[in-house]
Amino acid sequence: MIDISSITAAPKIFPTQGRLTSQNRWDHFLARVGVKRGEHRLEPGLYALGNPNPDSPVFVTANYTLSFDALRSSLDGFDAYILVLDTQGINVWCAAGKGTFGTQEIVRRVIASRLGEVVSHRKLILPQLGAPGVAAHEVKKLTGFWVEYGPVRAVDLPEYLKTHTATREMRRVEFHLRNRALLVPVDVVQTFLPTLLAALVLFFLGGWVSSLAAVTAVFSGIVLFPILLPWLPTHNFSTKGFFLGALAALPFAVSPFLRHPGWVWWHQVGQALEFLLAMPAVTAFLALNFTGSSTFTSRSGVKREMFAFIPGMAWTFGTGILLAIVLVFIR
Amino acid sequence: MLNAYEVNTLVYDPNPCNGCGLCVAVCPHAVFEMDGRKAVLVRSSACMECGACQKNCIMNAIAVESGVGCASAMIRAALTGKKEATCDCG
Repeated sequence: MIDISSITAAPKIFPTQGRLTSQNRWDHFLARVGVKRGEHRLEPGLYALGNPNPDSPVFVTANYTLSFDALRSSLDGFDAYILVLDTQGINVWCAAGKGTFGTQEIVRRVIASRLGEVVSHRKLILPQLGAPGVAAHEVKKLTGFWVEYGPVRAVDLPEYLKTHTATREMRRVEFHLRNRALLVPVDVVQTFLPTLLAALVLFFLGGWVSSLAAVTAVFSGIVLFPILLPWLPTHNFSTKGFFLGALAALPFAVSPFLRHPGWVWWHQVGQALEFLLAMPAVTAFLALNFTGSSTFTSRSGVKREMFAFIPGMAWTFGTGILLAIVLVFIR
Repeated sequence: MLNAYEVNTLVYDPNPCNGCGLCVAVCPHAVFEMDGRKAVLVRSSACMECGACQKNCIMNAIAVESGVGCASAMIRAALTGKKEATCDCG
């Protein structure tokens, strides 16, 4: 006997609510500091928020808890269906860029959840940032459902739903201080061990000042750079990083003249140069790596920037380190 | 001083445009605006090449080489010998 009940039975609709629990907030905290990355996911499928009926709107989101929770908490008090796509625990925008938040996955989920039998209308409300992966006209052709692009941020949904038109502000992606600051903890956690190792190695090469220089260069690239981004001069992330790194290196460049007044002049200048060469390169490289976290850098621009500035980073960093080694042996 | 982001790969041909306005709706940087029954390119240099407008233009009036503007993804792709850089952040 073949058990066909699993095929014919109506697919499960998971219940959910708009109120976030302290457990949810703890999960958000862990995601923000990069603990168990990739594991902040939920079961894909159809969810019922509150007590929806066949006329209730359908929202589409990713199976990343931060995405799903932003949506349902913004819709607290509404009755709606939420169609959760399998984006492998990746947020809407990044998943759309990869195509996992995309036309195919929407079609698959609409069919698998038998959405056409659950609701009487034929409209899906998508987050605007899902658009890089979705062709609205193809979803219509393949499922019969119209795609409506809602605002960028779920917070704007209650206002949006009054008229179903988004204001200019709702359609714009911003990168405010708060957004940038939220990205800092993950990078701090991820660079902690390598930085500690580098500081340890440098301690034996050049003492605690060299260790501190390494930590300062990384700190500038990982913490200060995201925060100061819009106020740093020039347009490229690399040149902004070089500028910030050079500022951070200045006290270190002065240090040999103050700490070792008895050294011959070229030894003092040599050590000053070590810091002025190696530190900005590290900060600039970390700054360049922040392009992926930003909300506005184009692929062709980043590519241009990489070709233009990575060789300079490698040369200045290499020369600085070499100088440090040479000076140790001369001494 | 070089500004790596001044130019990009976005190309728009207003001729086939049917005025549906989806490009204006999906663009996160207000690159397009509606002018009567046609979309117009108003802030071309703000384009981040996400590809949303091209994907949703039923008339194929927009072309852009879309991809992730992420240096670490591209460095990783270069180091592992992959052709296409994909982001794998959360």
